[in-house]
Amino acid sequence: MSQQAVNGVSHRGRVLTLDSMNPNVKRVEYAVRGPIVQRAVQIEKELKEGAKKPFTEVIKANIGDAHAMGQKPITFFRQVLALCSYPALLEDSKFPEDAKQRARRVLEACGGHSIGAYSASQGIECIRQDVARYIEKRDGGIPSNPDNIYLSTGASDAIVTILKLLVCGEGRDRTGVMISIPQYPLYSAALADLGAVQINYYLDEDNCWSLNITELRRALSAAREHCNPRVLCIINPGNPTGQVQSRQCIEDVIRFAKEEHLFLMADEVYQDNVYAEGCQFHSFKKVLFEMGPEYSNTVEMASFHSTSKCYMGECGFRGGYMEVINLDPEVKAQLIKLVSVRLCPPVPGQALLDLVVNPPQPDEPSYATFMKERTAVLSALAEKARLTEQIFNTVPGITCNPVQGAMYTFPRITLPQKAIDKAKELGLVPDMFYCMRLLDEEGICLVPGSGFGQREGTYHFRMTILPPTEKLKVVLQKIREFQLRFTQEFS
Amino acid sequence: MAARGLDLILHRAQVKLCDKLQGVRRPYKEVIDVFQGDLHRAGMKPLTFVRQVLAACVYPPLINSSNLPLDVRQRAQEELGRCVGGSVGSYSATPGIPEIIHSISEFIKRRDGGIPSHPENIYISPGSQWSISNILNVLVNREASPRTGVLIPVPCHNKTVLSITQLGAVAVPYYLSEEQGWALQVEELQRAHESAKGVCNPVALYVINPGNPAGYVQSQKSVLEVIRFAWEKRLFLLVDEVKKLLSSMQAYFKNQMHLYKGTYGCLHVALQLYQDCVYGENCEFVSYKRAVSEMGPPFSGTVELASFHSVSKGFSGECGLRAGYVELVNLDPAVMKYIHTLFSKDACSPVLGQIALNLMTDPPKPGDPSYLLYKQEIEQIRTVLVHSVKKVHEVVNSLPGFSCPPIEGGLFAFPRLHLTPKAIQKAKELGLQPDTFYCTRLLEEGGVFTGPGWEYGQKEGTYHIRFCIAVPQDVMEELLRRLSSFHMTFMKDFS
Repeated sequence: MSQQAVNGVSHRGRVLTLDSMNPNVKRVEYAVRGPIVQRAVQIEKELKEGAKKPFTEVIKANIGDAHAMGQKPITFFRQVLALCSYPALLEDSKFPEDAKQRARRVLEACGGHSIGAYSASQGIECIRQDVARYIEKRDGGIPSNPDNIYLSTGASDAIVTILKLLVCGEGRDRTGVMISIPQYPLYSAALADLGAVQINYYLDEDNCWSLNITELRRALSAAREHCNPRVLCIINPGNPTGQVQSRQCIEDVIRFAKEEHLFLMADEVYQDNVYAEGCQFHSFKKVLFEMGPEYSNTVEMASFHSTSKCYMGECGFRGGYMEVINLDPEVKAQLIKLVSVRLCPPVPGQALLDLVVNPPQPDEPSYATFMKERTAVLSALAEKARLTEQIFNTVPGITCNPVQGAMYTFPRITLPQKAIDKAKELGLVPDMFYCMRLLDEEGICLVPGSGFGQREGTYHFRMTILPPTEKLKVVLQKIREFQLRFTQEFS
Repeated sequence: MAARGLDLILHRAQVKLCDKLQGVRRPYKEVIDVFQGDLHRAGMKPLTFVRQVLAACVYPPLINSSNLPLDVRQRAQEELGRCVGGSVGSYSATPGIPEIIHSISEFIKRRDGGIPSHPENIYISPGSQWSISNILNVLVNREASPRTGVLIPVPCHNKTVLSITQLGAVAVPYYLSEEQGWALQVEELQRAHESAKGVCNPVALYVINPGNPAGYVQSQKSVLEVIRFAWEKRLFLLVDEVKKLLSSMQAYFKNQMHLYKGTYGCLHVALQLYQDCVYGENCEFVSYKRAVSEMGPPFSGTVELASFHSVSKGFSGECGLRAGYVELVNLDPAVMKYIHTLFSKDACSPVLGQIALNLMTDPPKPGDPSYLLYKQEIEQIRTVLVHSVKKVHEVVNSLPGFSCPPIEGGLFAFPRLHLTPKAIQKAKELGLQPDTFYCTRLLEEGGVFTGPGWEYGQKEGTYHIRFCIAVPQDVMEELLRRLSSFHMTFMKDFS
């Protein structure tokens, strides 16, 4: 409209408009980097320009980015990566032998001995072999075939790739994908983008966000009325909820998937982030194989891992992989084609993944430092998980399930009716209203629960437990104060 | 148009070959791999400055190492200062690290003679194909009937075509004119657009300049014609300018020339620095954005354009780092919001790649400790490319049954094979495309890994091969020696 006014041309609309664009893209939302973050960036800009606010910095507790919150990288990993980046450093005596040995091995596998060369689309072969060995070791010797390993640009890339393969059909035959509520919004975004049908199954907040098979059954049979359910996604340890599934639960899910002929997608990126007493990470693959050939020969599955979380926190490297189980060979050929379009995953990320699956061993020079650093990160996270749960549960209007694993807390907030009404007035979802106010008043950026999904009439927010302990204590304190003020204001 | 897939045939042949090479007598020790536009794989070295900075960013204790030049250490410190939490391991903002985006916009502005580039229109992604996929995703309406169409050149590198078909759109081919040095003729665009009637609804026109696989550089006249055509037919312009970094170096050296003249008054040195980096004598790369802007209204305000670039090509050749960017021009602001969300679900681009991109757009300057080495390395690469281009043209055109127009730009040679009926028949018997047959034989007997023209599209009844020319001098000589020898034998066997 104004375009024509500016150019004085006769009515000439754009080629790409809201009407002509892919309607699926309009349905894509990704709360973790959504409107509240844009507001946070705006506030940071204002602070930089000298604006006076009740706080001097914005604390971005919205995103699972450990380094952003001050967590230090693992020295050994960075040494090897530096050697890979600038191989002349292999002559530098300040680098330990075990780091040099790993760097040489990676470089040898790269075209022209450079991490700047493209790799095979599926990922560098010797790294896939190392990943397979890691999986075997982790899963008590159950074999892993390197041909079933696909390196990727973070786990997200692999997740979307598998969904692309799975989503098809029209109308009532359109693929339905079961995802947990609450879920990590990459899933809902990818499903919207692909035009798949999202099938919600609710985690049980009253029972530490556990997964019930009855609920899975309910969701599935309801979905069968209007789509063709083919996939079941599960995040373990959970995001945003932090629950670590019991072995029994995992078995039940596998049994359910077999009975109902569903493809299992097991998002296990937080597999090292397990804190609570009595909780343990059980890989879906391990449980599957321990259930015997009736299951291990038939259930089709993909499990995902990443270099962004756990104790490494190397989000910026975009490293990850998926292992596919029982995939039809012809489908695998299509999968290779699919991953080839973007050529290959970032080679530094592949190199980093190689180190994650092949860390210093007890007899190696870097072992002691490595273990010290790894333990420090994981125990700090465990402590912060405990602290968060403890403090939030002392705040009236906030209830918090134990943070058994992962990096987040997803507390439930009780909002006064007046606040809910005010939110509606402003055209905001109530928990977005709450989070926006918190951001404006305290400079703390969280993600409203509505971004992850929640039961109707309940409100939550997701906060990371990543800030350093002292800062986290301050954040928890400020949220408590805000909660009390907010409740008071709208009482 | 023939359905195209991956060249699994050749890949399998290569794998088999590598296994076989252990112990089987062959007239060569190593395969020369020029299948992809991968400088490092072909033997070219990375730029020292870039790698030193990246190493220091990855392992910050190196910032205090006296083994690294001062400007490297300072630069690493600057780059880390822009990373959240001072680490390359943290996520960046969705479009990329803001200062790097800003730097890229300044770079584009310099390249385009001062025409402003707006940072909010730039997105960094893990390689150019990633952003091409994202933009195509926004353009292609899967529910539309008739289906969305995208005009693509023939020949064309196959990744984009795969993206188009995977999204459920129709790729509508327009043929570049091989006889006219792969010129893009508007009449052919017209014909292609007409051919889409009743088949699909063309909404976009994909152009590759400089070309891939064919090494042409569009003339300014051609660029203007294409823009006008896109405007008339209401087509969204998708311009793949990935290979243009070479000519950006031209602009870089132009700038340096002025500095040199000012600082040292050494004109001959300055002239040495500024030479035509795009190889053709009368070639100069013209960016579509610049052309659109200089055309003035109504084009400048209305032609919707996405231009794609990458750190994989040009002098750095850092394919493995995965960094590219797209600049969006004249897009509807409401649509831009959705594009932002689409990019955001992929988190962000690898940070090392972003930094490499920044180092390329803002390299060492005269007077900096690393400048001389940097300049020397760039010159070496440029010399190699100019030499390769000449040699390939010379050798290929001297062989019977082989021809090649001058390579004006880009990183590949795409010579034409004039295969005999006998050879074509043999290929048919083996169930292979004739040029795939040639390439497979060339790989097995000659030890040179090239790509068959069939993969990229070509006029029916014509055959080509594609190979990367950014290869060290001695390797190129060996390549051409093996190619000539193999070709003569092959032509004789099938005469």
